[in-house]
Amino acid sequence: MKPFPLVRILDRGAVVLLALLAAVAVAVPILNLAVPEDSAAHVSTYVVTLLGKYICYALLALSIDLIWGYAGILSLGHGAFFALGGYAMGMYLMRQIGTRGVYAHPMLPDFMVFLNWKELPLYWYGFDSFAYAAVMILLAPGLLAFVFGWFAFRSRVTGVYLSIITQAMTFALMLAFFRNDFGFGGNNGLTDFKDILGFNVQAEATRNALFVSSCIALALGFLLCRCIVTSKAGKVLVAVRDAESRTRFLGYRVEYYKLFVFVLSACMAGVAGALYVPQVGIINPGEFAPANSIEAVIWVAVGGRGTLYGAVIGGVLVNLSKTWLTGAAPEIWLYFLGALFVLVTLLLPKGIVGALSSMKPRPHGSPKRGPFLARLFPRRVL
Amino acid sequence: MRVIRDPLVALLCILGVFLAGVAPAAAGPYEDALAGFASDSFTDTGTAIDAVAASGHALAATVLGALQERRLHFSAASKKVYYTGNAETLHDAATGQAVAGERPADLAEVRLNNRLRRSVQAALGGLTLMSADPGARLNAAQAVFKSRDETLLPTLEQAIAKETDAAVRIALEQAWAAAALNREYAAAADMIAAIKVLRARGDQDVLAILGAVPADAVQPVRKAADDAIAAIKGELALWETAQNAWYGVSLGSVLLLAAIGLAITFGVMGVINMAHGEMVMLGAYTTFAVQEAIRTYNPALFAYSLAIALPLAFAVAGAVGIAIERGVIRFLYGRPLETLLATWGLSLILQQAVRSLFGPTNREVGSPAWMSGAFEIGHLTVTYNRLWIVVFALAVFALLLALLRYTRLGLEMRAVTQNRPMAAAMGIRTNRIDALTFGLGSGVAGIAGVALSQIDNVGPNLGQGYIIDSFMVVVFGGVGNLWGTLLGAFSLGIANKFLEPYAGAVLGKIAILVLIILFIQKRPRGLFALKGRAVES
Repeated sequence: MKPFPLVRILDRGAVVLLALLAAVAVAVPILNLAVPEDSAAHVSTYVVTLLGKYICYALLALSIDLIWGYAGILSLGHGAFFALGGYAMGMYLMRQIGTRGVYAHPMLPDFMVFLNWKELPLYWYGFDSFAYAAVMILLAPGLLAFVFGWFAFRSRVTGVYLSIITQAMTFALMLAFFRNDFGFGGNNGLTDFKDILGFNVQAEATRNALFVSSCIALALGFLLCRCIVTSKAGKVLVAVRDAESRTRFLGYRVEYYKLFVFVLSACMAGVAGALYVPQVGIINPGEFAPANSIEAVIWVAVGGRGTLYGAVIGGVLVNLSKTWLTGAAPEIWLYFLGALFVLVTLLLPKGIVGALSSMKPRPHGSPKRGPFLARLFPRRVL
Repeated sequence: MRVIRDPLVALLCILGVFLAGVAPAAAGPYEDALAGFASDSFTDTGTAIDAVAASGHALAATVLGALQERRLHFSAASKKVYYTGNAETLHDAATGQAVAGERPADLAEVRLNNRLRRSVQAALGGLTLMSADPGARLNAAQAVFKSRDETLLPTLEQAIAKETDAAVRIALEQAWAAAALNREYAAAADMIAAIKVLRARGDQDVLAILGAVPADAVQPVRKAADDAIAAIKGELALWETAQNAWYGVSLGSVLLLAAIGLAITFGVMGVINMAHGEMVMLGAYTTFAVQEAIRTYNPALFAYSLAIALPLAFAVAGAVGIAIERGVIRFLYGRPLETLLATWGLSLILQQAVRSLFGPTNREVGSPAWMSGAFEIGHLTVTYNRLWIVVFALAVFALLLALLRYTRLGLEMRAVTQNRPMAAAMGIRTNRIDALTFGLGSGVAGIAGVALSQIDNVGPNLGQGYIIDSFMVVVFGGVGNLWGTLLGAFSLGIANKFLEPYAGAVLGKIAILVLIILFIQKRPRGLFALKGRAVES
């Protein structure tokens, strides 16, 4: 008997995660805006922004888990897609500054005036419209992933070779974006944003709105990933991960499945970057650094790859400890991160989620439990 | 004795009398020329400067030097010229003798304008062409080559005729040629001869001079100039190619050093060691520590500091490598992606450890005397440190190749990588070989660090800069093949340096990365792919 699609998509982990996410998305803005500042329950705007940042990282981790956990593609260059989405959003925000820049030029962003450019480069056209920018947020990372993946998967570059060339890709992009004449602000990147959709980016309400948007984006991304991995295509992806040649011999076009999921994952990373930029207020070429991409991979490994919600947990947890450690004892942080890489791969190959679920093994011979929602609503109200 | 001395004394007396008698009588060109300074007119002063310089008189340099420093004076009444020497004593410019008694009442300074100041300077340059010191003559000749002062042509011709030093003679001839081409109505034969001299020199300066030969010059002159320009341009392009090739070889040797250890750990063992760059860094810091110890305890040993550092760096990096293999990597064989992440974590820990121990700033590693300096081959400049690094890289490569081929350890390593169960069945302790192989690769990275400390900043991030490049070299060259690594390193190095002049350093690097990414698409297993069953594993 085939379970109803929604039942398949929403297993227990998914429901818990979505419920938590919804609770946070509702509670945090209320605690920030409605609760008076002197109350113990008040959440400061700084914390709201910080949480929003974690949610964006979680979305990035989710996109990596989709390809690494389910298709076995370890990308060490996902930070590039994240940064490209961020730059697309940054370009929109730069164009919104208008005449309020230091040089008060109606068209050109400050750094272009500073570099003595006379007119807007062609690739900056259209970014004054949010709709166009939104399309580019998906299109820029998606297109790069498509071209890159097309070549890589078609010629069957797999495993560590793929990892190394994705790392080279983000390294090359970093070098390119560091150049002033590349037209994206060079070393300093894009910053000093004023408005987003007519609202002040610094304002409390905007910050909360951005936080809620990030939560919604994460929830949608999560649902999308669940849809894919529970579908038939998801089964093929797992087959590709576990035995690529065998899947190919069974007649599946492995490269198309991989390409589809790789492009989708890149678009998700781009959205994460786009939501990240207005919250932190800057995007610079440092985001392309290979170290950032590898760090994002460890979030997934810590949470537990191949579970989706594990990636979200890992992304939030590792960054929470990063914020805490870099504040409390900055010199410890790299030791901690390094040890995390070593210990997780050695001792927790399935991450926190895997470790927790293996701690309470199902008693031998106990009846197999049905899907979580089906148990909640046995009469198929869904 | 008396017999000998008497004629000598007599001779001197005769000479003295002769000189004393002749000098005042024949008022030579020098004395005539001096009069020009006394007329207080810029035009006359100008002719006087040229005439004094051309006279070749012993006092000419003194007088012109005085003129330049505003120490030359004249008396309008007596039409005599004086200069003040040390301690404000007044000398007669004609004889150089100090003036006794009262100074002339109407003494005035010889005035100069900018044009005259320039000609004084040029004249002085011409006079030093006759100096007794070959170094001074060489400098003067080079100065004239730059100024191209045609008025010095006669002086140059005299100097060339007298010159005995071959190098100075060439410089003088080139200076003559440069000046001769500057003359407005030069004889065609002279110009052609000058072009011939310049053609032999053949550098950018010459191109500029030849380019300035007027287009309406006599046909043979024009043709000679054009031919020379074309020939020099061709030659320069050739030299530039040679220079780029040398830079490429130099970069290639750096890449080879960085990648050769990786060729063993990644290429032979199949272990992705992201902490490889940190092994290089450990080697560089070992060099720093050795030099610090030498500076404190025995500065005399400084020239040998690198030789002492080499075995120590090998030992330090090798030991850390073995510890990593035994502690982490051996649990992860067959899981390359996990190995990648774990070794990345180790690289972060090593970086932070070095930062805690030695501080976050770059440390200075000195170069022994035999590694500093440079020499020239034609238009090619070669620095000694780069040259030694190329030699060193090739030596390390040869040593490693010999080790793998001719030693028992090498044999066992190859056996284990080719067929592990069979090697174990033959009694090889595969675990021990794994540890030793990894230790060897890391140790080689350590000695690479000693060499790279000579050309790179020694800081905690040293290794990060090499890791991507090293992987590119190994992947490009083909995994499991040391010759492939050699070829990969040098072809990437040379390609990079040839792209740089067109695309700039950063774009050149990006282009290389893109090219490698495309190359991997075409040949996923590198330039020299393993064939047969090894591909499958």
